[in-house]
Amino acid sequence: MALDFVSILYIGALGLLLLGTFGLVTTTHLFRLILALALAEAGVNLLLILSGYRGGAQPPILGFGPQDMPMVDPIPQALVLTAIVIGVGVQALAVAAAVRIYRRYGTLDLVALKAHLEGDLARKQGIAPPKSAEKPAGERPLSPVPPRPQEP
Amino acid sequence: MRNLAAVLFIGGLGFFLFVLFFRLPLGAPPLVAGAAILEEGGETVGAANLVTAVLLAYRGMDTLGELSILFAAATAVGLVLGRRQLVVSDPEGGFILRAGSDLLFPLLLVVGLYVILHGHLTPGGGFQGGVILAAAFFVPVLARPRRGLDHGLLSFVEGLAGAAFIGIGLWALFARDAFLEPLLGKGVLGHLFSAGTLPLLSMAVGLKVGAELAGLMTSLMEAEGRES
Repeated sequence: MALDFVSILYIGALGLLLLGTFGLVTTTHLFRLILALALAEAGVNLLLILSGYRGGAQPPILGFGPQDMPMVDPIPQALVLTAIVIGVGVQALAVAAAVRIYRRYGTLDLVALKAHLEGDLARKQGIAPPKSAEKPAGERPLSPVPPRPQEP
Repeated sequence: MRNLAAVLFIGGLGFFLFVLFFRLPLGAPPLVAGAAILEEGGETVGAANLVTAVLLAYRGMDTLGELSILFAAATAVGLVLGRRQLVVSDPEGGFILRAGSDLLFPLLLVVGLYVILHGHLTPGGGFQGGVILAAAFFVPVLARPRRGLDHGLLSFVEGLAGAAFIGIGLWALFARDAFLEPLLGKGVLGHLFSAGTLPLLSMAVGLKVGAELAGLMTSLMEAEGRES
């Protein structure tokens, strides 16, 4: 299968979406999370725009180019305009929340934030802070066999 | 381990989406609704830019919903960041920054208003022009952080524009029994005063988006220099 222009655009849009999702899954930093969300959103928007694309077609504006040329589908473009505006709103809200979190805890690392938040919640409820599910509960018991004396 | 699981997940998702999208007919003619709009959008609405026709005439209701989402986001940002006293610590920009922002302001204003007013004829429209207007008002704030923007005035413009959008819709509801139906006659295709109420709606959208985005960016910038 020969790679034409549209296929390259499709692969690029899919790649953006996958990169953004990979960032969402792997990162432990709040600001990188927002950036990954923006990246995935750009990929989705590009995919939507491409769904209305026709090879060699005109933009959907009457009297803009030659009259008898086919035009691209205007509906995905209007949809993506909506999606971009809503994406801006979501990102602004996420950044505002991140600013508040940074001011309160001084960090944007998700692991540290989780410990802070759980500690705060436990203090407010007056209970002991939750223990980690992965960390061992106490000290590792010492081996009953005394260590062999080291040969000098 | 966690990264390995993530790589496996992304690989599976990528394969799934790849298979899905390559079964779609690439570059095929548009869908039924799109083809119908391309066929008769010019005569029914009278706007040369069919994207604007879809946005403000066919799906004006959705645009109203979109505006309310943007309004909700701007309100929520104001709520999250709080309205405490301003302690902007950023110094004033240098001479080049200040002179550049003074030069850019009228140019950006003119370009933004042009894009809004010609939204039904050329690429652009209320949203795009509104973003340029927001940039026009935000660039001077970047050069002189202490001056800031009047949030009360921005809220007033925003509310006025939103009320105008709904008011035009209600006017159409009483005149033609359909919310947001274009009024005032279609005019000649491709002229500035054509497409009925679409330029007015476009103006309302542009002012609302511009005021909202300028307020958003200014409150995010002020959040940086504020003591908690």
